[in-house]
Amino acid sequence: MSLDKATVAKIAHLARIKVPDDELEDLAGDLSRILSFVEQLNEVDTKDVAPMTSVAAQKLRRRKDEVTDGGYRDAVLSNGPETAEGFYVVPKVVE
Amino acid sequence: MAELTRLTMAQALDGLSKKDFTAVELTEAHVGAMEAVRPLNAYITETPDQALEMARASDARRAKGEAGPMDGLPIAVKDLFCTKGVATTAASRILEGFVPPYESTVTANLWRDGAVMLGKVNLDEFAMGSANITSHHGEVVSPWSPGAPGSWSRRIVPGGSSGGSAAVVAARAALGATGTDTGGSIRQPAGYTGIVGIKPTYGRCSRWGVVAYASSLDQAGPMTRTVEDAAIMLRSMCGFDPKDSTSVDMAVPDFRAALTGDIRGLRVGIPREYRVDGMPAEIEALWSRGVEWLKAAGAEPVEISLPHTKYALAAYYIVAPAEASSNLARYDGVRFGRRVEGGSLNELYENTRGEGFGKEVQRRILIGTYVLSAGYYDAYYLKAQKVRTRIKQDFDEAFRSCDVILTPTAPSTPFAIGDNSDDPVQMYLNDVFTVPVNLAGLPGMSVPAGLGGDGLPLGLQLIGRPFDEETLLRVGQAIETAANFTATPPFMA
Repeated sequence: MSLDKATVAKIAHLARIKVPDDELEDLAGDLSRILSFVEQLNEVDTKDVAPMTSVAAQKLRRRKDEVTDGGYRDAVLSNGPETAEGFYVVPKVVE
Repeated sequence: MAELTRLTMAQALDGLSKKDFTAVELTEAHVGAMEAVRPLNAYITETPDQALEMARASDARRAKGEAGPMDGLPIAVKDLFCTKGVATTAASRILEGFVPPYESTVTANLWRDGAVMLGKVNLDEFAMGSANITSHHGEVVSPWSPGAPGSWSRRIVPGGSSGGSAAVVAARAALGATGTDTGGSIRQPAGYTGIVGIKPTYGRCSRWGVVAYASSLDQAGPMTRTVEDAAIMLRSMCGFDPKDSTSVDMAVPDFRAALTGDIRGLRVGIPREYRVDGMPAEIEALWSRGVEWLKAAGAEPVEISLPHTKYALAAYYIVAPAEASSNLARYDGVRFGRRVEGGSLNELYENTRGEGFGKEVQRRILIGTYVLSAGYYDAYYLKAQKVRTRIKQDFDEAFRSCDVILTPTAPSTPFAIGDNSDDPVQMYLNDVFTVPVNLAGLPGMSVPAGLGGDGLPLGLQLIGRPFDEETLLRVGQAIETAANFTATPPFMA
C-alpha cells in the first residue's frame, strides 16, 4: 500500500494537523512503509474469529445515572489558553 | 549522604522504622541526587520543596505510629501522570503550561501510602517511542553510557517510553518510579537500564488521570531496583477505581508475601517463535541461562508455541495509532495547553496541532486517522482486532501447559542515540517481545539478568496469566537471585 501526497494531505486535514507542503513527500514515504509493514496481517486466517473488544474478561459496570460530582467550572477553565466570562474563547465560527 | 540513595525500598523502610534516619534525611539525599543527575536530562520538573514537605509529613505520621506501606520513600513520577498543581507535559509541546487541577488515581494511591514525590520525569512524547528520543524536552541519556557526563564516548538510550523513569532509578536518583506500558514502555527501558519493571494485568491499575495513548493497551506499573521493591510499589499503585470503567474490582494481594523463593514444580513456557532472525547470540545465550537458572531452582521448562507472535507488531501498529488518533483529538488549543492562532477555528486547530505535536506523534495520529477512515476500517482496524483475538487465544492455549512464560525482554541490546531512527518500522521492532503481552492484556515483567559484551544491561521477560502477578514476582525473584546482577552504571548520583 502506498500513499500519495494528495492522500496524505487529505488525512492530515481530517486529523486537523497542518503539514507543510514540502514535508508531504517524506511523510507519504513513512506512512507507506508502515502500511506495507502491517499488510502482513492479511496472511492470518481470521474467518469466524470475533474481533477483540475487551482484553479483560469482565462486563462493563453499570451505575445509576446521577450527578455525583462537579461544580469545577473555574478549575476546568484555569487551563484554557483564552477564556472570558466563564467560557472558552475561539475565533468566530458562525457568520 | 550518598549511601541513603543506594538503599532499596525494603532497606529504606527498615531503616526508617528503626529510626536509623528520617524521611527528611532520606529525601534530602535524593534531592541532592536529583540535582547531580541533571546531565541525564531525566527530570523534567523537580519538586524539591514539595518533596521535603511530604517527607516532614511522613516523619510526623511515623512518629504517631501511622506510617503507610511506602511511607517516606522518595520516588519519581513519569510526566504522563497528572499531578495536582504540578505541570504535566506528556513530553509534548502541545501541553505546555498545563497544570492539572486534579491528581491521577495511581499517584494519589502512592501518596496515600506515604510515598514522597521528587519530581516528574522525561518520556517519549505521549509515550510514543522506544528510545526516549521523541521528547519535546530532549532525549534522555542512559547512566550506562560509557564514560562520564561531558565526555561520553557513546550516548546510549535508556529505552522508552519510560526512559526518564528508568534512568533515574538506575542512576540512584529515586528509589523507584512510576512507568506506563502500552507496548513495552516499562519493560524495555527496565531491561536496557538493569532494573526491574512490571506491566500489571490490564485493569489492575487505574488509568484515571494518566494521559491516554492507546486506552485498551495502557497500564501503569512500578520501576524499581529489586523484585521485592516492585512488589512493594505495585501493591500501592493497584486497586479498584470506579472512575476507570476498565478498572477491575478485586482485592489487591500482598505481593511481597508471594516472594517465598519456592518455584519447585512450576512449568516455565519457552515460546519457540521468540527465536527471531537476527537476534544477537548473547541474548539467545542469556535466555538459555535463564532457563537453566529456573531449572536449577526446581522449575520445569516446557516448550510452547505462540504461533501468531510475528503478527503482533503489525496488529499493534494499527490498534495503538487508531486509539491514539481518537484520544489525542482533545488537544485542540481551546481547552488546555498551547494554542497557535488561526483565522478560523479549523485553522486554529490545524496550526496548534501542526506545531504542538512532534513528528512521531503526527505519524501515529495520521496512520490512526487513515485506518479508521471510511472504507478502510474493516480492512485494517477490524482485521487487527481479529488478529488480536488470535494472539490472546495463543496465550490461553499456552497457559494450559505452563504457569509462566520466559523470553528475552528485547531482541536487541541498548543502542546509541541517533541509531535506528531513520526508519520508523526498524524502531518498532524493538518491541516485538513486549507488544503481544499488551495485546492480550497479560502481566509482564522485566528482570535484569546480565551484561552484554558492550557492558550494557540485558533483561529477561516473564509473562503470566491474567491477575497472576504473584507467580510473576516469585519467579522474577528466582531469576534475580540466580543472576546476582550487581553491576552498576558508570554514572550514579
